[in-house]
Amino acid sequence: MKTILDKQQLQLTILRLAHQLLENNDDLSQVVFLGIQPRGVQVSQRIATHIQLLSKNTEVQYGVLDITFYRDDVRDELHVAGKTDINFSIEGKRVVLIDDVLYTGRTIRAALDALQDFGRPSKVELAVLVDRRFNRELPIQPDFCGIAIDTVASQKVKLEWDKEEVVLY
Amino acid sequence: MQLSTKHLLGIKDLSPKDISLILSTAQQFKEVLQRPVKKVPSLRDVTIVNLFYENSTRTRISFELAEKRLGADTINFAASASSVKKGETLLDTVNNILSMKVDMVVMRHSASGAPHFLAKHLPNTGIVNAGDGINEHPTQALLDAFSITEKTGGLEGKKILLIGDIMHSRVALSNIYLLNKMGAEVMLSGPPTLIPPYIKEAMGVQVEYDLKKALKWCDVANVLRIQLERQNQVLFSSLREYNLSYGVTKKLLQEVDKDIVIMHPGPINRGVEIDSDVADGNQSIILQQVENGVAVRMAALYLLAGTAN
Repeated sequence: MKTILDKQQLQLTILRLAHQLLENNDDLSQVVFLGIQPRGVQVSQRIATHIQLLSKNTEVQYGVLDITFYRDDVRDELHVAGKTDINFSIEGKRVVLIDDVLYTGRTIRAALDALQDFGRPSKVELAVLVDRRFNRELPIQPDFCGIAIDTVASQKVKLEWDKEEVVLY
Repeated sequence: MQLSTKHLLGIKDLSPKDISLILSTAQQFKEVLQRPVKKVPSLRDVTIVNLFYENSTRTRISFELAEKRLGADTINFAASASSVKKGETLLDTVNNILSMKVDMVVMRHSASGAPHFLAKHLPNTGIVNAGDGINEHPTQALLDAFSITEKTGGLEGKKILLIGDIMHSRVALSNIYLLNKMGAEVMLSGPPTLIPPYIKEAMGVQVEYDLKKALKWCDVANVLRIQLERQNQVLFSSLREYNLSYGVTKKLLQEVDKDIVIMHPGPINRGVEIDSDVADGNQSIILQQVENGVAVRMAALYLLAGTAN
């Protein structure tokens, strides 16, 4: 077991991601932030809260997206569906997908499929807290990344919210 | 997380956990049905045959829509327009269809136990019971439970009244199984000739022959259809008499003066078991039941497809 980000580092990283996202999107009314169920929700909520604090005049559009029904392994393993909550249009908007760990890229592939059923965004970007490089099974890379680490497939990366740590097993 | 069964033959075989899983998954599918594109690709590689040996509007359309919105391929089969008329047996018909690489069978049949027979002979094909004789109609009970939960917040401790033709109603039996498993209280009301005498002890339900008293007791009243096609002996004297003693009328509801949720599985015999102004009134959630049916069937098919392997 190895701690990748301790409590303070995790807070700083989330704050940095929030600043980066704000820096890259000058008109917040044209941006929507979507956390991916289930594990991207908490990190995306924190990022969205920070962005809201930094830009008091505009309301941050934030929602959560569940990709269970778009998975490519429905027949191999059954996953319990989470809630999707997007109560605004994404048509023509810039969408920032937010997840905790980017690993094989299959979740993001499914998320891109799911997004199409809500409209046609002008641009889709990906922000992740942890990028597990060299484990990708699809050509998907993050646009914003908290920390990039090298891992092997047998290892597990976990965000432990009760201790506010990112740990490698 | 998956269902404890490969087939959906009846509520009798489901655990409370299975029922909760189907209902919570249906919640997510209901959200899918509000999207601009009301379709997900989950069952893209699954082919489902809808075998209807008995007439149906709601259930058949609801299953077909559910299948299409899951991205499955569907085949519709109506016994009245098929080789069944030439004398082909049920098992032969299904085996012939399955040899064309069909993955799941949704079946309605007038014989109780027909889907169980299929499941016994075809253990590797997912069989979904869309109503068998006077036995069970599991997806109807699931959508009723979903609608009650949506309207009143839950099932546990709720007082549910089933009114009418309990004897011939597969909807009633499935509802009783489900509501018992989920901790709701069940009461039956209707003419003594249409309520099996042993049901109180056998199913652990209450029976109240006085409809007004029963309505005063309940939170939700599920009015069942008088099944004219299954009445081969005279169990009540006339439809008018039935309406006078067991029809849910506006006057009766005013007398009871309680905010009861009114449900009906359809098709409605207006002016027999329920009057039009009740069926179309603001206490009625009959059309919401139909709407929820698609989401609930999507959930059942999705979970069964995931359990099949």
